[in-house]
Amino acid sequence: MTNLSSNYMGLDLKSPLVVSSSPLSRSLDNICRIEDHGAGALVMFSLFEEQILSELSEVENLVESTASITPETSEYFPQSNDYYVTVDRYLELIRTASERVDMPIIGSLNGVTSQGWIEYAELIEEAGAAAIEINIYHFPMNLDITGNEIEQLHLDIVASIREQINIPIAVKLNPYFSAFANIVKQFESYGANGLVLFNRLYQPDFDIETLDVTYDLELSNPHEIRLPLLWISSLFGNVNLSLAATTGIQSSNELIKYLLAGANVGMTASSLLKHGIEYLDTIHNGLINWMESRGFSSVDELRGTMSRDQLKDNPSFGRGSYIKMLTGYDSTY
Amino acid sequence: MNNEENWVTMDGNQAAAHVAYRVNEVSAIYPITPSSSMAELFDEWATQGLKNIWGQIPDIISMQSEAGAAGAVHGALQTGGLTTTFTASQGLMLMLPNMYKIAGELTPTVFHVAARALATQGLSIFGDHSDVMAARMTGFAMLASASVQESHDMALIAQAATLKSRIPFMHFFDGFRTSHEINKVHLLSDEQISAMIDPQLVLDHQNRALNPDNPFIRGTAQNPDVYFQSRETVNPFYAKTPKILEELFSQFENLTGRSYELIEYHGAPDAEKLIIIMASGAETAAETAEYLNNQGEKVGVIQIRLYRPFSNQHLLDKIPATVRKIAVLDRTKEPGASGEPLYQDVLTALTEAYNAGTLEHLPKMIGGRYGLSSKEFTPAMVKGIYDELGKDAPKNHFTIGINDDVSFSSLDYPSEFHLSDEGTQALFYGLGADGTVSANKNSIKIIGENTDLFAQGYFVYDSKKSGSQTVSHLRFGPKHIKAPYLVEKADFIACHNFNFVEKVEMLNNAKDNAIFLLNTPYSKEQVWDQLPKVVQEIIIEKKLRFYVIDAAEVAKITGMGRRINTIMQTCFFAISEILPAEEAISKIKEAIEKTYARKGAHVIQQNFQAVDATVEHLSQVELPESATSVHGFGQELPEEAPEFVRRVTAKMMENRGDDLPVSALPVDGTYPSGTTRWEKRNISDMIPEWREDICIQCGNCSFVCPHSVIRAKFYHEDVLQDAPECFPSAPINARGFPETRYTLQVYAEDCTGCQLCVEACPAHSLKESGVKAINMRPKEPILEREKTNIDFFENIEINDRSQVDFASVRGSQFLEPLFEFSGACAGCGETPYVRLLSQLFGDRMVVANATGCSSIYGGNLPTTPWTQNKQGQGPAWSNSLFEDNAEFGLGMRVALDQHFEYAANLLKRLKADIDETLIDEILNSSQLLESEIVAQRVRVGRLKESLEKIESEDAKLLLPLVDNFVRRSVWLLGGDGWAYDIGSGGLDHVLASGRNVNVLVLDTEVYSNTGGQASKATPTAATAKFASAGKRVGKKDLALQAISYGNVYVAQVAMGANPQQTLLAMREAESYPGPSLILAYSHCIAHGINMQKGLDQQKMATQSAYWPLLRYNPTLRKAGDNPFVLDSPRPTVSFRDYAYNELRYKILERSHPKEAKQLIQLAQELVDLRWKTYENMSQWPASEFQPVA
Repeated sequence: MTNLSSNYMGLDLKSPLVVSSSPLSRSLDNICRIEDHGAGALVMFSLFEEQILSELSEVENLVESTASITPETSEYFPQSNDYYVTVDRYLELIRTASERVDMPIIGSLNGVTSQGWIEYAELIEEAGAAAIEINIYHFPMNLDITGNEIEQLHLDIVASIREQINIPIAVKLNPYFSAFANIVKQFESYGANGLVLFNRLYQPDFDIETLDVTYDLELSNPHEIRLPLLWISSLFGNVNLSLAATTGIQSSNELIKYLLAGANVGMTASSLLKHGIEYLDTIHNGLINWMESRGFSSVDELRGTMSRDQLKDNPSFGRGSYIKMLTGYDSTY
Repeated sequence: MNNEENWVTMDGNQAAAHVAYRVNEVSAIYPITPSSSMAELFDEWATQGLKNIWGQIPDIISMQSEAGAAGAVHGALQTGGLTTTFTASQGLMLMLPNMYKIAGELTPTVFHVAARALATQGLSIFGDHSDVMAARMTGFAMLASASVQESHDMALIAQAATLKSRIPFMHFFDGFRTSHEINKVHLLSDEQISAMIDPQLVLDHQNRALNPDNPFIRGTAQNPDVYFQSRETVNPFYAKTPKILEELFSQFENLTGRSYELIEYHGAPDAEKLIIIMASGAETAAETAEYLNNQGEKVGVIQIRLYRPFSNQHLLDKIPATVRKIAVLDRTKEPGASGEPLYQDVLTALTEAYNAGTLEHLPKMIGGRYGLSSKEFTPAMVKGIYDELGKDAPKNHFTIGINDDVSFSSLDYPSEFHLSDEGTQALFYGLGADGTVSANKNSIKIIGENTDLFAQGYFVYDSKKSGSQTVSHLRFGPKHIKAPYLVEKADFIACHNFNFVEKVEMLNNAKDNAIFLLNTPYSKEQVWDQLPKVVQEIIIEKKLRFYVIDAAEVAKITGMGRRINTIMQTCFFAISEILPAEEAISKIKEAIEKTYARKGAHVIQQNFQAVDATVEHLSQVELPESATSVHGFGQELPEEAPEFVRRVTAKMMENRGDDLPVSALPVDGTYPSGTTRWEKRNISDMIPEWREDICIQCGNCSFVCPHSVIRAKFYHEDVLQDAPECFPSAPINARGFPETRYTLQVYAEDCTGCQLCVEACPAHSLKESGVKAINMRPKEPILEREKTNIDFFENIEINDRSQVDFASVRGSQFLEPLFEFSGACAGCGETPYVRLLSQLFGDRMVVANATGCSSIYGGNLPTTPWTQNKQGQGPAWSNSLFEDNAEFGLGMRVALDQHFEYAANLLKRLKADIDETLIDEILNSSQLLESEIVAQRVRVGRLKESLEKIESEDAKLLLPLVDNFVRRSVWLLGGDGWAYDIGSGGLDHVLASGRNVNVLVLDTEVYSNTGGQASKATPTAATAKFASAGKRVGKKDLALQAISYGNVYVAQVAMGANPQQTLLAMREAESYPGPSLILAYSHCIAHGINMQKGLDQQKMATQSAYWPLLRYNPTLRKAGDNPFVLDSPRPTVSFRDYAYNELRYKILERSHPKEAKQLIQLAQELVDLRWKTYENMSQWPASEFQPVA
């Protein structure tokens, strides 16, 4: 029997396939079904720093701007203190889900400042999450901030959360660091346990009819795996962090590639949004069939077999292959 | 004692409701200002599961009217329930029939009344005793409270007394002055409350209940033989009541240490001059008397608590033998009577005693009126009355507080007389929506409940719903504050909105050396030059300590968005010196921590940062030695303003209405229309600007504008020869109009900045991202240009109505709105419909308007929006009551029809003198098209000319009636509270009458004007007051009800979803010669939406099939076609997606997620079912519908 168990940041998972942060985790029913279909773990949908604040101010603005405007009305809505806000329900869902399912539930926070959301990490831990994924989304537009300062901002966030909680911390980030390997190493020294590759920078489009900026979300596709694949295979064996691949897994093929590169887990949500939660079975079956056909008995056995270190003699990872690719491309015309 | 935990701050309504909740099992109510919050709190506590003293959660039911509430109360009492209700004003009037029954049957109950004026020459929501005095014959005992503490204590004593005496009690206190004043109150414990309620008496009440195991009959019909004697059986019960109360007062004193008397004397034991008075005025009088006695006078005050049954003996016992002159004050008016009620009672009591020989000397007695409709009653007025009593022949039947230059009833009084006061008095000038009032309530709580200081707060509002001004009057001091009148001399004045500095006289009320805090975008160095000269002069003269803060900036840098209330509150704590600054700041932080405890440390931290940043940004202005400003103060009316507006309206606009003498005011409540145009309110800093190069001239922006500030005209290009250079125009984009230009003008000073126009604009710039044909811009830089343009635009001829395409949105923009610049909320969902009606039919329209939002923005002084065209024609508007609007409008129709018939008969009789063709055309013109109306107006003009030349009696009789030949359009306007609830029976009857009336229901699905209470229009799953756990019952389908009559034209419209359909429905309804009903979806601030997106939300209401657009036209049925037309396509979004854009639905999802989910599902099922029904109906053959006669 093929052994799919994997270790991710010290958590024992029954599969290397993890459901990444998405709207799928908004209902307990879905969470149970995700477990039933064999996922190794689930990353909850993200709590956004801005969302926490804007939700409160939205309610307060509506309540306050309509209160006491005429002598006949004191206020139109009950006191806002009694409301459950997203945070309350988020924590409640983690609490219930952790009790109901065996697979680890990983909380997810998305923010940019070093103070706003730290208290919520603590609450997520208290609610029973097995780990936390922090998604640091920072678009470095400020012309006066240096690369070092940006790196420090990221590291400070990790450090301050580490101080507050004991469960493993995974950092999800974008690849646009000038010294990516170095920042990864620093994350490790600041207390991170895992790295999730990669976060996509939000890239809006333009509508040339209305001259508006458009906001649609494109689900990830298999062509996007190259960059994370490169970095996972390069980092594997060189850092003690767990590595999670989160871009482009649409079938077992991409998962297999990531595992070969050295990923502890592969994450998908877009394939499930497209095909349904049952699609986990299809990916699992593909992985098992492939492993069986090759004679791999466990995921641990195949993990990292195509890491950069393993393939150091393979010229494809070198600058030579880059030159070859470019010239080869050229010569077809 | 002050630090004991049961000292709390609350208003009079809460103080009374706190007790009423604990000693009752049932309450049946109907919301009415100013009593509403008593019932709302009752409901809130029941929803929270709070229990009464018997461990039960009382049941509160909101009824369709006060008449219904009284009926339900009567029923609950008859079956043994301890039952109460809360009401005021017209509400009490609707309860009168049941009150006679309840009293006649000796049934214990307490009605808590926030006493309010009755609608007479005008409606007033404010306080006086007109309502309770009109109920004094019902047989209810009447117990008056003078303060917040008393309203708490008397609520309990009344309950104990009613059980013991079996006489029902009306416990009343002054509307607003007591009901809405916040004061520090010693709260009764539940144990104290229980101790006052005798369980045996409760049992006795239950034993008298209707019970099939012990059957009897109550409520017989009686004949002349026994009715009279039966009526006299109750006398002993009334006779015992004063004694019962005395015993209860004594028991209460033993329990609480607070002592009260039925009739209480305050003042010198050897007083010579006496004032007799009830309710809050008694506190003012007593405080003044004490002051005057300390100055060596000998005066006294008798405070009447128990007014019915009136105890002559208790009154006589309290009047010192030394009293020689008495003034009896009534807060009501009984026109034509020989005196007001209390005066008459006192007169009778003393005269009877004198006649009987028990009173040796009969003092000289005068009666007077004061304080009607919350008119201020101040120590100076009290002094004025004592001064009058000092005269040899004091004026009887006087008034105080006004200048009666007609009947010369008013007394002079020394207006500069003030009582010296300890502690701090503060005034805050804020905007209605800026949170000033909420923050001040919070400050009172912080100081009142966390320090030894006493606190009082009272809040005054202007009459507008958008850009309204609030004035908070706060007092803090070491002693219990008994000052039920506005702050007259302040130690601290805060202006939270810089614009007020130029408009509102506020510093006149400052004491010397007082603190003046101004929220301003200007720095401490710049601000001085921005102040009007008169303001600078006062600041210098009074040596005010002048502080400034840029609250908007502090809010911005601390992430507070646009919320400045915490910042301004912090300023007050930091500099007012009520508490040491450091302690004050720590108290405010404690309060923040408590408020936001559940929202996380981050939110608390953010508020703390705002507090700290406020202290850093607050700075004192160094005062120059002299005033240097060139700025003027206030608004000057243009010379062309009518004489009445200049003489009367202007005073009200300047907050000087109190100075108007009686002679200035109309005798019968008739006011000129169209006065909002003279009040340039300038409430928005942002206004729309037109881009003629992008505009497609569709008219959408002016069609949706709630305040009629966007107008369009087309004109010959020659007109532009005299145009100012800045005047924009574009060639009209319609074929067949060469040399014609088009201009869209924004009335900059009248705009509320709601942005609905920008949302509605479909035209995008081809080159600039985010730019439309109409865009919001800061007003200040373009204001002068726009004023110049408006002047020119006003002089361009209004487009000829007969030349305009009434059938299209595009065409309707050229019709002159005869409803403009109302005080409705910015982005109001109702007023665009009202404005459109006025454009289509305004010149021949008669409007009956139910009480509610539309009567307030439509008819609240000082200025009103219904206006007239250049020919002097315009909507004739009136408001009768809340409950009777359908009947009121029907009455108008009947009279108009009668006059038409009469005029027609007279005209026929004049055949010999008038051209027969003219007669024939006048009587038989269909007048359906605007061109036909115009033609009829020409004919009527000719007829008038003819009649003026004819000498006959018939011609004289006909002349004043001829205008009736132009078809009158009768419209009945109101909200869902009227149409679905209180006026439902009347509306139903009027629709069934077959008469040609048009009903427009502005459906906001809640009682918007009184604060968002549920009506039968409130949808499933929405929360509202009295439906805080989510409405479980579906919204009444008023459209189907009306359709069931067969001959009623019915339409359901939503302007944001389909403006063309709205226009079509209004025109069809108006031309249909029978009854018509239009249900108009009206987004509202009570929905909890961003009002800028109101039209989108209307669209979603239709897209989800929650609000299907439909028209039912009996004319089609008559012609053999299906009369039911479904105008909206099949649903494309779920009910959930529509609903969760609104806080009224989201609240439930946040507080009770499971119930919310269930209710949303139920609501979806109802939507689906209704859609299916409508879709089926739209496909039925005509024969499936009722035939039309």
